[in-house]
Amino acid sequence: MCLAAPGRIVQLLEEDPAGLRRAVVDFAGVRREVSLAFTPEARPGDYVLVHVGFALSVVDEAEAQKIFRYLEEMAEAEEPAPEDSP
Amino acid sequence: MKYVDEYRDPEAAARLADALRRAVRRPWVIMEICGGQTHSILKSGLEGLLPPEITLVHGPGCPVCVTPIELIDAAVAIARRSEVTLCSFGDMLRVPGSEASLLEAKARGADVRVVYSPLDAVKLARARPDRQVVFFAVGFETTAPANAVALRQAAAEGLENFSLLVAHVLVPPAIEAILGSPDCRVQGFLAPGHVCTVMGYQEYERLAARYRVPIVVTGFEPVDILEGLLMAVRQLEAGRAEVENQYRRSVRREGNRAAQAVVQEVFEPADRRWRGIGQIPLSGLRLREPYRRFDALERFAASATAREESSECIAGLVLQGLKKPPECPAFASRCTPESPLGAPMVSSEGACAAYFHYGRGEERGWAGST
Amino acid sequence: MGGFNLICPAPPAGEERILLAHGGGGRLMHQLLERVFLPAFSNPLLERRHDGAVVELSGLRLAFTTDSYVVRPLFFPGGNIGDLAVNGTVNDLAMCGARPLYLSAGFILEEGLALETLRAVAAAMRGAAERAGVLLVTGDTKVVDQGHGDGVFINTAGIGVVEAPEEIGPRRVRAGDAVLVSGELGAHGIAVLSVREGLEFEAPIVSDTAPVWEAVRALLEADVEVHCLRDLTRGGLASALNEIAQAAGLGIRIEEAAIPVAEPVKGACEILGLDPLYVANEGRFAAFLPAGQADRALEALRAAPVSAQAVRIGTVVEEGPGSVVLVSRIGGRRVVDMLSGEQLPRIC
Repeated sequence: MCLAAPGRIVQLLEEDPAGLRRAVVDFAGVRREVSLAFTPEARPGDYVLVHVGFALSVVDEAEAQKIFRYLEEMAEAEEPAPEDSP
Repeated sequence: MKYVDEYRDPEAAARLADALRRAVRRPWVIMEICGGQTHSILKSGLEGLLPPEITLVHGPGCPVCVTPIELIDAAVAIARRSEVTLCSFGDMLRVPGSEASLLEAKARGADVRVVYSPLDAVKLARARPDRQVVFFAVGFETTAPANAVALRQAAAEGLENFSLLVAHVLVPPAIEAILGSPDCRVQGFLAPGHVCTVMGYQEYERLAARYRVPIVVTGFEPVDILEGLLMAVRQLEAGRAEVENQYRRSVRREGNRAAQAVVQEVFEPADRRWRGIGQIPLSGLRLREPYRRFDALERFAASATAREESSECIAGLVLQGLKKPPECPAFASRCTPESPLGAPMVSSEGACAAYFHYGRGEERGWAGST
Repeated sequence: MGGFNLICPAPPAGEERILLAHGGGGRLMHQLLERVFLPAFSNPLLERRHDGAVVELSGLRLAFTTDSYVVRPLFFPGGNIGDLAVNGTVNDLAMCGARPLYLSAGFILEEGLALETLRAVAAAMRGAAERAGVLLVTGDTKVVDQGHGDGVFINTAGIGVVEAPEEIGPRRVRAGDAVLVSGELGAHGIAVLSVREGLEFEAPIVSDTAPVWEAVRALLEADVEVHCLRDLTRGGLASALNEIAQAAGLGIRIEEAAIPVAEPVKGACEILGLDPLYVANEGRFAAFLPAGQADRALEALRAAPVSAQAVRIGTVVEEGPGSVVLVSRIGGRRVVDMLSGEQLPRIC
């Protein structure tokens, strides 16, 4: 149970009645208001993972790229006769 | 869509599937815990890319499926009260109770509304002081922080017409129950990435060590799941049993401390019955004393006593990964999404519904499913 | 109708009553047809179960169709119920290969409806009729007690002249046929949902309601051998393809990577947990024709504004008769089932 979508913070908003930060987040062109209660460090331009209207984490761009770099390296290192795995 | 499309890239998926094929030597049974992962696997037909040595088993990570039937009945009973507006996530509406689902209750006049966020329910309570607004708080640890904040907000504003029907469940006790079962044949786990975004993965280290099973915290897109499987298989082949993190772009070992703190302020662990499985100690959440007045079961003196289920429904065996839905005699005959015998046939994440809708070649009676 | 109407999916065991889900376009509605209407009215024309009926009168082939519009909300970005009432029926005629000519309109109005609302609906109908090149020639109005309607219900019936040289319908679909769609999916459903749920868009999503006859005519004028056409309304692409697969007794295989969905519609679906394959459209159709003519068909379609983004999405196959199978982006396969009840947003 964990449908969370990554979106980009477009604009910070005024705090909500409880003093928690809110932001407008863009999901491929759809904009929704999101609570930053759990990601107070998030800034415009950051991507956050949003679940039921709350940002749960700021997406780590560097980590996000690692798998693709690893796959590139794997492709380059591939031997023509892969009988054994490394 | 950034951070989504790349993780559905066919080339990346093919390379990972290839690496899996090269890594695997012996057969392995791996369970993915989260219903969202089940959904993604079936929707993308990912199993067709896996080497035959890997058997994927779908775990009880569908809070909709495991919400005890008596809580559904309580929700329906509460919703039927004329002064109540019951708010719920869409997932819960079709789940059958002993005699009705929330959707059926709505069709017969109950004020039931779908919301996307618990804050919507609080907004409603604020706008309608004349109504009792009850929010059906279902979900794993992923959703508990949002529900906790919503309740804290309602309490701070003095919205005494707001209440929560609490049905939260926790993942580690469920994994332990599965591992502790004598029939357990699961050798490795893909742990739910969004639950761990909140909770971190320290809790799983004890389980990995005690039961000697690799646990890989995994995301939801096909590339994530394939990478998670690769990491699990490499551990299994090497005889390791550690907790690893595939979903590094979102999960840190300690999780989200702010979210955990809010949950601890509002909720405490409680015993919980899992539909189809039975009682698992300290596997649920309930409101702490200072918030107890917002508990809907208490406020409406609704009973939540254990009820009988259809004897045909083998949901428990399916949820524990001991049987696959097509092995159930009632599957796709007496039990269908239109007339479900149990919860896993109704929820979009439920293994039975997923098999029914997405199917696999063999079940549909035609060949060439890969 | 699009977005989500909260409707009850499953008949309680043993009870025989109409449920809202019976109008949903999915399994339950088909069961209703099978159990009540077809047995009562059975005749060869009805058995074809296509969008409209084609009847022959003194050598002239006429297409005849009817549809009722019970949507909520009445107004949405890109139009109102009036647009749907005209375009929907006009398009059902186009799906028979018929040039739409005349419409009737029956209104059921709820007591207390604002006249201004009715005027706006009528104005939309006039504009849509002009755009579609049809005349509204007869109609009827009834009023029901307050509380017994959603403001306005409209039924439209339409007649048109068949210009397609051959019959167009599921019976003519053949294994190997190409499956095309006339443009991007899901706009109507998301537009309607945006009203109810306060979704905001960078550039607003508007309903795709539009008459599609010009696209069909383009196909016919290009001498494309059109086997079958089906407009994609309630239940989305998935429901339409399932209906054709079942009626034709063949399988349909579609490529996920080829299915056109605009980015914001995709984003809305991602955050709500909706599958674009099931989201409603109002100005889109699927076409089935010989694979060798697919390129010519696409060229013809893309010349008409309403189908400027037509693409091929799949193929009709022998295996898995009655089923629709999707080949996912990563090369896996899954069945695209008929909807049971309505798609609800999820958090799981």
